Amino acid sequence: MELHRSMLRVRRTEEKLQQVFADGKIPGFIHVSIGQEAVATGVCSCLTPADTIFTTHRGHGHTLAKGMELKPFMAEIFGRANGACHGNSGSMHVASAATGVGGANGIVGAGLPISLGSAFGSAFKGEDSVTVAFFGDGASNQGTFHESLNLAALWNLPLIFVCENNGWAQFTSQKSYMKIDTIARRADGYGMPGLTVDGDDVLKVRDAMRQALARARAGEGPTLLECKTYRWFGHYAGDPQKYRPVDNVEKARTVDCIANFERFLIDSGFADRQQLDAVDAGLRAEIDEAIAYAEAAPAAPTGQFLNDVYA
Amino acid sequence: MTETRYIKAINEALHEEMARDENVVVIGEDVGAPGGAFGGTRGLLQAFGDKRVKDTPISESAIVGLALGAAMKGLRPVVEVMFADFLPVCMDQIVNQIAKTRFMFGGQFTAPLVIRAPGGAGLNAGPQHSQSLEAWFAHIPGLKVVMPATPADAKGLLKSAIRDDDPVLVLEHKALYASSGEVPVGEHLVPIGKAEIRRFGKDVTIVTASRMVHHALEAAETLAGQGTDVEVIDLRSLTPLDKETILVSVEKTSRLVIAHEAVKSFGIGAEISAMVAEEMIDGLDAPIVRVGAPFSPVPFSQEKDYLPNAADIVRAAEKVVNF
Repeated sequence: MELHRSMLRVRRTEEKLQQVFADGKIPGFIHVSIGQEAVATGVCSCLTPADTIFTTHRGHGHTLAKGMELKPFMAEIFGRANGACHGNSGSMHVASAATGVGGANGIVGAGLPISLGSAFGSAFKGEDSVTVAFFGDGASNQGTFHESLNLAALWNLPLIFVCENNGWAQFTSQKSYMKIDTIARRADGYGMPGLTVDGDDVLKVRDAMRQALARARAGEGPTLLECKTYRWFGHYAGDPQKYRPVDNVEKARTVDCIANFERFLIDSGFADRQQLDAVDAGLRAEIDEAIAYAEAAPAAPTGQFLNDVYA
Repeated sequence: MTETRYIKAINEALHEEMARDENVVVIGEDVGAPGGAFGGTRGLLQAFGDKRVKDTPISESAIVGLALGAAMKGLRPVVEVMFADFLPVCMDQIVNQIAKTRFMFGGQFTAPLVIRAPGGAGLNAGPQHSQSLEAWFAHIPGLKVVMPATPADAKGLLKSAIRDDDPVLVLEHKALYASSGEVPVGEHLVPIGKAEIRRFGKDVTIVTASRMVHHALEAAETLAGQGTDVEVIDLRSLTPLDKETILVSVEKTSRLVIAHEAVKSFGIGAEISAMVAEEMIDGLDAPIVRVGAPFSPVPFSQEKDYLPNAADIVRAAEKVVNF
């Protein structure tokens, strides 16, 4: 049930964000991960608050699944003074030290080197915490991917590289920029295991993540975990998506990680429809409350940004 | 005081800070058994072990990013980037990540790390191993940038940088590594953000940094022989810039020359010149003159011809004094 709640919390939050964005209530732009929730939840459900994740421009799902509270999250996206990052970051750089979110990142592939240091720090201090670096299929072509996987394997870092392969690098499909289909194959070149799972099946993601985690916590080193999924919406909210045929998108949306999991829960007798609807209603109320909180929150005072540049 | 080489002073700073704080780790290419390409990390591996002295692959982005992640986790990493010319290889990690960590995350995470990198020409190392790129980094909010000119400052600034809660880029000068100077015995810290007046004078102010400090002092001797009394300011830190020391000096002398080894165009001289013009244009008796390198990559074989030197500074000072 927790897996369901976590995925649905991401879905409903991003649906609401799409709406308030379209209403012009959020400055800047946002990237939603609707359709990919099973990856965020499957991975983060295995982690503790002491573990750290580094995420991407499409990071709402990972951040929320890791446990970030909705109010500071929403206030940040609305650019308010009481946002988690004082309104300096917006959607693309949300972080939450309290829940182990080391930051979303606006530069593709840039979180990977930083995740090395977090994992190194855990090992250095003798903690059994791990670090997860989320990145997309597009990022796997950055030099930072190569540098980071090599170093992580070399030093046996407690780090899990989660490639959320949604088939699209911004406006370009994977087939157009990569000779291979399965990114996890690259793991072999660095001397670490590579796993590919159905990223739309939260249980499969969780099982694979448990394997990777056991290895990392045992000091045996990193794993490259590729989760294949699909980006239901455009690169950014409002993207007209002229680069891909509508029927492909429609077809992909028939694989809905949440609807599938709900069917599983009902069929297996873990829950009935009413219970699931009650979870949904509770989440919607929680999200509305966070939106109201963010809307009512004061804007950052003039010049406040100068206070966060140096210690 | 002990007569010490510049590179040895750096090495002493690392030994002392690693002994003082177990969270200080040294990371870089060949920093372990080889002791660094220039000897800056010599003996650290033997003294502190391979848990704290980390040899890395040639992967500048990974190394510098690793330092950031480790700093966010509470360590105090000191990264050696073998040549300042390699900083562009990891520019994203420095500019978009390290410099912005405290800011973007509203202070939830900080980046108390140091990047040491030797810049400058003088060893015929050619266009990709001789540049002075300090202005790029001084332009980035969130970074601190220091450029020691003497062994004492090389030690004192590095120690301060390691203790600083912000990311500090220490741009050493490779042509100064073999130079010697007096270093105070015992604990020696040089504050970041404070310039040093290397020679007091009343006729013209020369603002400079790093190796050019020595050329400026040589020029000041020559000018003294001509009856011109020169004040030489060694910036030591570019960010934060010690505006007060500059302005107080120019108020006294009413004349300003800025000398740096980097290409003159869009360099730190332009910034200091503009700052002084904005703050006290009425206090100037002559136009501000900059001394810097021509708008060309550093040539391999014609370095002497290319690099600004004491004679260039003398000419610039004569120009403003005789205006």
